[in-house]
Amino acid sequence: MITLLAFPSIFSSASREADAIQRLTIYFVVVALAILLVVVGLLIYIVIRFRAKPGDDRQPRQFTGNKTVESIMIGVPTLLVIIFFVLSAKAMKAILPPPNGHQPDIVIRGHQFWWEAEYPGTKALVANEIHLPVGRPLLLHIEAKDVIHDWWVPELGTKMDAVPGRTNHLWLNIEKPGIYEGACSEFCGAQHAWMRIWVIAQPEAEYRQWLADYQRPAVTPTTESALTGAKFFNRHACVNCHRIQGTAANGQGGPDLTHFASRKTMLSGMMPNTRENLRKWLDNPQHVKPGALMPRFVFPKDSINVLVDYLSTLK
Amino acid sequence: MITDIEVPEPLSPLPGTNIDTDQGLLQWISSVDHKQLGIMYLLMALFYLLVGGAMALLMRIQLMVPENHFLGAIAYNQLFTMHGTTMIFFVLTPAILGFSVYLTPLMIGANEMAFPRLNAFGLWISFFGGIVLYFSYLAGGAPDTGWFNYAPLNQAQFSKTPGVDYYCIGLLLTGIGTVATAANLIVTVITLRAEGMKYKYLPVFVWMVFINSFLILAAFPSLNAALVMLLIDRQLDGHFFNVNTGGSALLWQHLFWLFGHPEVYIVILPPFGILSEVIQVYSRKPIFGYPFVVGSGIAISLLAFGVWIHHMFATGMGNTVNSFFAASSMLIGIPTGVKIFNWLGTMYGGSIRFTTSMLFATAFLVEFTIGGLSGVSFAIVPIDWQLTDTYYVVAHLHYVFLGGSLFGLFAGLFYWFPKMTGRMIDERLGKWFFWLFVLGFNLTFFVQHILGAIGMPRRVHTYPDLPGFEPLNMISSIGALLMGLSMMPFLYLMYTAFKGGKRAPDNPWDGYTLEWLATSPPQLKSFSNIPPIMSFRPLHDLNHPEIGDHKTTEDDKYGTKDDDVVSGRD
Repeated sequence: MITLLAFPSIFSSASREADAIQRLTIYFVVVALAILLVVVGLLIYIVIRFRAKPGDDRQPRQFTGNKTVESIMIGVPTLLVIIFFVLSAKAMKAILPPPNGHQPDIVIRGHQFWWEAEYPGTKALVANEIHLPVGRPLLLHIEAKDVIHDWWVPELGTKMDAVPGRTNHLWLNIEKPGIYEGACSEFCGAQHAWMRIWVIAQPEAEYRQWLADYQRPAVTPTTESALTGAKFFNRHACVNCHRIQGTAANGQGGPDLTHFASRKTMLSGMMPNTRENLRKWLDNPQHVKPGALMPRFVFPKDSINVLVDYLSTLK
Repeated sequence: MITDIEVPEPLSPLPGTNIDTDQGLLQWISSVDHKQLGIMYLLMALFYLLVGGAMALLMRIQLMVPENHFLGAIAYNQLFTMHGTTMIFFVLTPAILGFSVYLTPLMIGANEMAFPRLNAFGLWISFFGGIVLYFSYLAGGAPDTGWFNYAPLNQAQFSKTPGVDYYCIGLLLTGIGTVATAANLIVTVITLRAEGMKYKYLPVFVWMVFINSFLILAAFPSLNAALVMLLIDRQLDGHFFNVNTGGSALLWQHLFWLFGHPEVYIVILPPFGILSEVIQVYSRKPIFGYPFVVGSGIAISLLAFGVWIHHMFATGMGNTVNSFFAASSMLIGIPTGVKIFNWLGTMYGGSIRFTTSMLFATAFLVEFTIGGLSGVSFAIVPIDWQLTDTYYVVAHLHYVFLGGSLFGLFAGLFYWFPKMTGRMIDERLGKWFFWLFVLGFNLTFFVQHILGAIGMPRRVHTYPDLPGFEPLNMISSIGALLMGLSMMPFLYLMYTAFKGGKRAPDNPWDGYTLEWLATSPPQLKSFSNIPPIMSFRPLHDLNHPEIGDHKTTEDDKYGTKDDDVVSGRD
């Protein structure tokens, strides 16, 4: 329990919703451990006290029930169930109030195998590293593009499935700025394990600054190699899936790459965003992340180099 | 006073049973004898237990260290799918059916099942279902969408190998067999009870099998329908579950869990029955609160159909729906939890003999309590919002399926082994197996509760190197290897017992129920005469006439006297 509190876990809550769940969880753990202790204690007592001695084949007294014991056996759990039902219903109402016509602050979409965040009213389309403001209630819409995914950041509380054809609502009041890691928790195909979530929770002002910065179009490359890379990108299949704002690239299927180089990780938290990893990925995506939707194009070596040069400039 | 009741022979001679009497392979394959079919069910379960266990070991090796490349994503996803499917449909279900068809006629004093040929059909079609499922490995890839096989990932556009088609056909065949056997068991209990065997005198095990069979009849058709719908989607371009063409992604989950949740009780109710028999006999006392044990079984089976949405609390159903199913899910905890106290009450004041079987029954009480309590945390919706689909669930379900169902089945196996084979097992070796298995089991699964709480989702082939993840996964994998290792003494024990075990007497444990009246192993015709039945422990009444249950006073029944032990037979 002590070590558990030191790690990021459901016991280190950073949002109002996670707080409520944490309280309920602690009550439950205490009661459950008490019941376990009663059962194990009784069992140990019985095992020691009523163990047959070797050679003793006497018949113990035969009794088939005890009305008092049986009433307690039913009464106590019934009472506990009622208490926990009330506590749980209260928490549910507090955590997920109906949206009542609220417009979403952020729309989160699950894809095989990455996350997209759209900020309504802005041009920002973010992949995997999702920025959220601290200190105000946010209404998140959770959607899915292909199969069922599940949004879960333990320190922020409630997980919510992203179900294709539906829009799910999730309220979130983040209390502490920080970087919170989570993961897709509904099995969604080959690379389900590498569909990690990074939430970067920022104070309001910092968040607004980030949002303003993020909407700027991509920087125009200056070096010759990066320029060649940009041309290559725009002439080939890359543009069918990827979008880079301020360029002709406007694909919808894959992650937005406008500010790709400003991300710390790539491939949904699978590896640090380095030139070396990017090169490996472009060379053979199916070797790095088998089952991901990016096909292997068999680019020539120098094309990979200029692509890496170009993408690394997209701060 | 004691007059025997004659047991009628089956009306017509059974085909197959008169081919040969040396029990050669052909005789086994063509048999319609419920005892041979029961043993074949158990052998099938044992075979798949070893296969499914080997898969689990491969998975645990893959998860020993973060970012491991031992198996890779695709092989791992096939393995966890096949592991889950195998363990549910080809280990636990056949094992409970094996005990059910072997013991039900024996315990109610009948010489056969109501429909012996249907009994054989049920076994063999289940067996072929397993072959079809495993054939997928040769036909282009095993299913890789999980045993729960959620839509729309199970659609042809997302799951391109034919694995899911084999999953549908394989499970459909097994499902047909299971339903047939359940119907057979119901008719058997209703029509073939020996004279005097009133419902209130049915052994607890038979009660659980009886209740369970109704559960199967109601639950499996939902799965079978869903499987046919999925096949139509995949093979004939249907639109049941395909969102892009107007289908519903959640419809599959509703149909699947309407089967899937009762299935959880289908594989635990008969082990509850086994446990009740084992604990009674080894404690030398009748079950504590017989009417309640039976009644709570019925309550569980009715409630089982009103709780399926607790598998879907994170799908965004809304608070109203979630509250209703939270309440029903919590309620089911009451009859389930109270059973634990019934068994403790049975042991209390007893004279307990710790054979291997009783050790498994005792361990069951602890492991199942842990599994049951963690189960309640999913009924508390907000806690479920954090913990569903994490390793906490993996821990919970293994405490229930393995620490519960399988421990119960092992208790039953060691208890009835002398009856089934006519041989005693080596208890010393049995205890070695027990301790290794229990230690390995708890090492493997206890830490997974913590893994879930610190953020590890389930069904992942690997994980990043986060604090705590590696040591906990390492402990879990070591536990799994220990459990694998414990299979060595188990298999050796089975082998030596079959080959040269001590001859078993008819009633080695001084058992209470009618199966112990038959020879060990029982002849083709199990009984010619049985004693009069005046309680749920007819053999106890027969063997201990001075303290027979029909003589018990109200004081004795409710344990109002102070002394714990009275002298029995001299």
